Amino acid sequence: MILFHVPGFRGNQTSLNPVGPGAEHIEFEFALIFWITVIVYCIVLIALVVYVVRRRHSLNIMPEPIRTTPESDRRARHAVGAAMVVTVLLVFTMLIGSFVSGHALGKMNRQSAYTIDVYGHQWWWEVHYPNDEPDKTVVTANEIHVPMGVPLRIHGTSRDVIHSFWAPNVQGKRDLMPGYDTDVMMQIDQPGRWRGQCAEYCGEQHAHMSFYMVAEPAQQFQQWLAQQAAASVSPSSPQVTRGQQVFLSHACVMCHTIRGTPAGSRVGPDLTHLASRSTIAAGVLPNTIGNLGGWILNAQSIKPGCRMPPNHMTGTELQDLLAYLETLK
Amino acid sequence: MNTIKSTAIVLCICAVTACKREHRVFDPGSSGSQIANGIPLNEVHAGGPLSVPDHGPYEQSAYAVGEGKRLFSAFNCVGCHNHGGGGIGPALMDAKWIYGSHPEQIYSSIVQGRPNGMPSFAGKIPDYQVWELVAYVRSLSGQLPADVAPGRSDEIQVKKAEQAKKKEHPPDESPQPIQKGQP
Amino acid sequence: MITTTAIESTAELTEQERAQAARLEAVWREPTGFWGWFKAVHHTTIGKRYAVTAFGFFLLAGLLAGGMRLQLAFPEAHILSNDLYNQFFTMHGSTMMFLFAVPMMFEAMSVYLVPLMVGTRNIAFPRLNAYSYYLYLFGGLMFYVAFACNTGADRGWFSYVPLAGPDYGPGKRPDFWAQLITFTEVSGLAVAVETIVTVFKLRAPGMSLNRIPIFVWGQVVVAFMVIFSLPGVVLSSTMLLMDRTCNTQFFNPAAGGDVLLYQHLFWWFGHPEVYIIFIPGAAIISTIVTSFSRRHVFGYLVLVLSLVATGFMAFGLWVHHMFATGIPQIAESYFTAASMVIAIPTGAQVFCWIATIATGKVVLKTPMWWAIGFFFVFIMGGMTGMFVASVPVDLQVHDTYFVVAHFHYVLIGGAVFPLFGAITYWFPKVTGRMLNETLGQLTFWLFFIGFNITFFPMHLVGIRGMPRRVYTYQPNMGWTTLNQVESLGYVLLFLAVCVLLVNVSRSLRSGAIAGPNPWNAGTLEWATSSPPPQYNFLHLPTVNGREALWDAAPNQPIVAGLPDDARSFLITRTLDAEPEGRDEFPGPTIWPFLAAVATSIAFIGSIFTPWGITIGAIPVAITMIGWFWPERQPAQRRRAREIWQSE
Repeated sequence: MILFHVPGFRGNQTSLNPVGPGAEHIEFEFALIFWITVIVYCIVLIALVVYVVRRRHSLNIMPEPIRTTPESDRRARHAVGAAMVVTVLLVFTMLIGSFVSGHALGKMNRQSAYTIDVYGHQWWWEVHYPNDEPDKTVVTANEIHVPMGVPLRIHGTSRDVIHSFWAPNVQGKRDLMPGYDTDVMMQIDQPGRWRGQCAEYCGEQHAHMSFYMVAEPAQQFQQWLAQQAAASVSPSSPQVTRGQQVFLSHACVMCHTIRGTPAGSRVGPDLTHLASRSTIAAGVLPNTIGNLGGWILNAQSIKPGCRMPPNHMTGTELQDLLAYLETLK
Repeated sequence: MNTIKSTAIVLCICAVTACKREHRVFDPGSSGSQIANGIPLNEVHAGGPLSVPDHGPYEQSAYAVGEGKRLFSAFNCVGCHNHGGGGIGPALMDAKWIYGSHPEQIYSSIVQGRPNGMPSFAGKIPDYQVWELVAYVRSLSGQLPADVAPGRSDEIQVKKAEQAKKKEHPPDESPQPIQKGQP
Repeated sequence: MITTTAIESTAELTEQERAQAARLEAVWREPTGFWGWFKAVHHTTIGKRYAVTAFGFFLLAGLLAGGMRLQLAFPEAHILSNDLYNQFFTMHGSTMMFLFAVPMMFEAMSVYLVPLMVGTRNIAFPRLNAYSYYLYLFGGLMFYVAFACNTGADRGWFSYVPLAGPDYGPGKRPDFWAQLITFTEVSGLAVAVETIVTVFKLRAPGMSLNRIPIFVWGQVVVAFMVIFSLPGVVLSSTMLLMDRTCNTQFFNPAAGGDVLLYQHLFWWFGHPEVYIIFIPGAAIISTIVTSFSRRHVFGYLVLVLSLVATGFMAFGLWVHHMFATGIPQIAESYFTAASMVIAIPTGAQVFCWIATIATGKVVLKTPMWWAIGFFFVFIMGGMTGMFVASVPVDLQVHDTYFVVAHFHYVLIGGAVFPLFGAITYWFPKVTGRMLNETLGQLTFWLFFIGFNITFFPMHLVGIRGMPRRVYTYQPNMGWTTLNQVESLGYVLLFLAVCVLLVNVSRSLRSGAIAGPNPWNAGTLEWATSSPPPQYNFLHLPTVNGREALWDAAPNQPIVAGLPDDARSFLITRTLDAEPEGRDEFPGPTIWPFLAAVATSIAFIGSIFTPWGITIGAIPVAITMIGWFWPERQPAQRRRAREIWQSE
């Protein structure tokens, strides 16, 4: 496993940099298969090269075929037989390793797990934190805050085509399919932002459908949750008030929700706490005011084919709208 | 030689028609993405005639019609019109058209709104999306060719798929004067 | 009465033999002229067409790959739009799988070589063979004409529902894909039937089951796999087409349909497909290793049983393409075990080949270089196969570039390396001229190095988290350099194929004359002149061992007594290949071509209206009636014919 600890494989979207038990079990099996196959590959090919060199016939014409007898092949027969026995043993070693890690993955505690609902959309992720009190249910998008060290039950399905939920540092992937509910257990033990991406081809913008899992200490997570459950803040300055009017009187309102305002459509991501998210457009752009402005004016130039239409507005309108969106912490 | 020529011509025709059917415009450009603002589409207008975007491509592109179908649900048209069968609002899959069945007329109905409940979507939907909706609405009564109209949806089936719908013939297909609406 | 008589082997033809050759020539001559082209039914003619067509599609799909590599060389590039890129990768995958790999490795190879290798004069059901070729050609043309009209399939070579279904796949793109499947699968099934009958009933006397060349064994196993697996994909693509055009609900979850059903049906075919492509490659490697190690292949029985075992086991592991859909743990265990255990027969083959090399006299000509390249590349693919076979690891690498690397190592290693070896090996037989050795080795090294530069980094970029089928990626992901290296490797691959084409075109004009058996090889196709005459063999051969020419007795008998005034052939028993009777091949005719045109009209029509099949069936029926209309003369001959029964 030491071999994998090179900088290239330490990223935040790499299965060889596990940050939770799920990905750790898988890395164990990965390493087992890796070492067995590397050794076998080298032995087989060295044998091949040695024999080719040793048995090479330098004549430029094709020599007459050799007469072989069972006697002359006896040594080769023994060697092949031995190689087959070793192959079978190694295959079963890898098989058992696979069962062991598969079993470990299946054993993760479902009872005490914290449940998060994930819904795949073309081309973004809708995330729900269910709560027994409906008004405390949190809805957000593309950024999944989770408590550290707690077993998580990611319950998912798709709203349209098949997507695949995959954060390699945390756990293997799981397809989200229309007509099926699916559960996958995971846990993150290291704080940080772990990137994930849709891994099942889902159409025009499959390439731009990523998300972040943000692992933080339980207390910090609870704070975040409480803050997300609140409605949006009311405008505090004239510009922000004008911005809210722009939002409500333009096409934005046809698709997006901002809790605490009349905007309540569920076609696009919930924007109630847009400014608290670090990226926009499903992890494509950092959430800066410039990017947000560009995205609003012409999302199609950034993510062609996505559902967000280009929006025409005057410079002042855009400035006001951005000022408003910036307040949605 | 003649066979080759005629084959080439047939292929070209196929190519041209196919191109239109499969044409996918993701970025409609600045004129197409103007917000639909409810100005009536008559010819007399201060500052000269308004340029009406050519709605033909929308009705010929299966992608645009499909987008229209998606928007029809997303913007909750189904809330009143159901899946074309009507309810609170009138049916859209028959031959009766209170405010006309021509694309421009349907466009105006969506943008300006109509009495007795049809809200105005002026300022809420970009122009090209209105045209996509118009194309889809017309497919509901079989006005579009079967290879452009959408197939069945991945939902509980409440009606025949648009592509299987027989073409309805609205009684008066001649252009009607466009209703004066509030800008 | 058919007998086998011993002849004195002489280099010069006797007067009598020349007269016989002239008679055979007259009977077997393929029609000439413009219409003659459409009437041809001989297996060498059709086989060559299959090979050239499939290679043409290989080049097209290779160019599409170049477009993709160009787009991926730069993060957030706009060289191809996302819409075009999706069409490119779908066209690339579908072409490589349906229009290149199977038609080349199975159909072309089988149609051209199997009748020669088993020592008969044509393939069984030659008219069906012509029909299957035209259907394949028309299917491929339809697919590319549609692509040129901006209707290229864009939902992946697997076209999963609901993405390819009626609600998310507007227009006619997935419909063309679905009908491409129908075209190619009908032609594949036809060739499978021909191959099985040819091998089981038309072998030369003496070629009992345990003397059949391994190459032929491979093609028989593949033929059976085709018959059992292709119905799965025909079914799924037809259901998809019906969902799209007839508004059926097979895959609509809201109406009780199931999106997973599609995947099961597709991979029921899709996994055996991999072995359908690889087994002919393995069979080619056995042939080349035998010829260039100058000895009978080591472990004939093990090799044959491995091929058969692979063929069986290939049907037991389709679910390993669906591990990420969340299947029950017990099923996971079963399919993991099956996927890993299939490495055992493949391992057995590799060891037998190495043992053959280790105990032979290795002659390093170009085909042997390709075989050695095969070992390096294919075994690497097999090793990464162990990763994707294990459920937990697969959950990480599935649908990433790691898998892209894996299956290119398996498929290019297991099919294209053997294929290029086969091209150099059999080119003299097909054309009568040798390929240039220097250019051949240059092709090999360019291809070998280019291949590894292109595809090895894909393992790394996949482990670093890059998913498949993305039209672009973001600059901060750390994937840029590796992708640029991959794109550079493509240039070498491109050059390699260019050198190959130059080599072929030069050799066609001015290559050294090959003679009947330039490699001094042992199988029957080398017993006749290069290129073979229309009647394949002047004297139908008999066989005395696994390598017919090496093991031939000093006075090896030939088949005598078949009338040479008709397209007669000898029927032999399945097990011991003792003569059983004789029959006649049908002659050239235009009807298979017309039937293929009518069938194509029905298939393409059904893309636009469900009535296409119903109405299109009428011309198909008419052309089929024309095809099977009895002819007086052969029928009379058939009645009058004595059936020879062995004792």
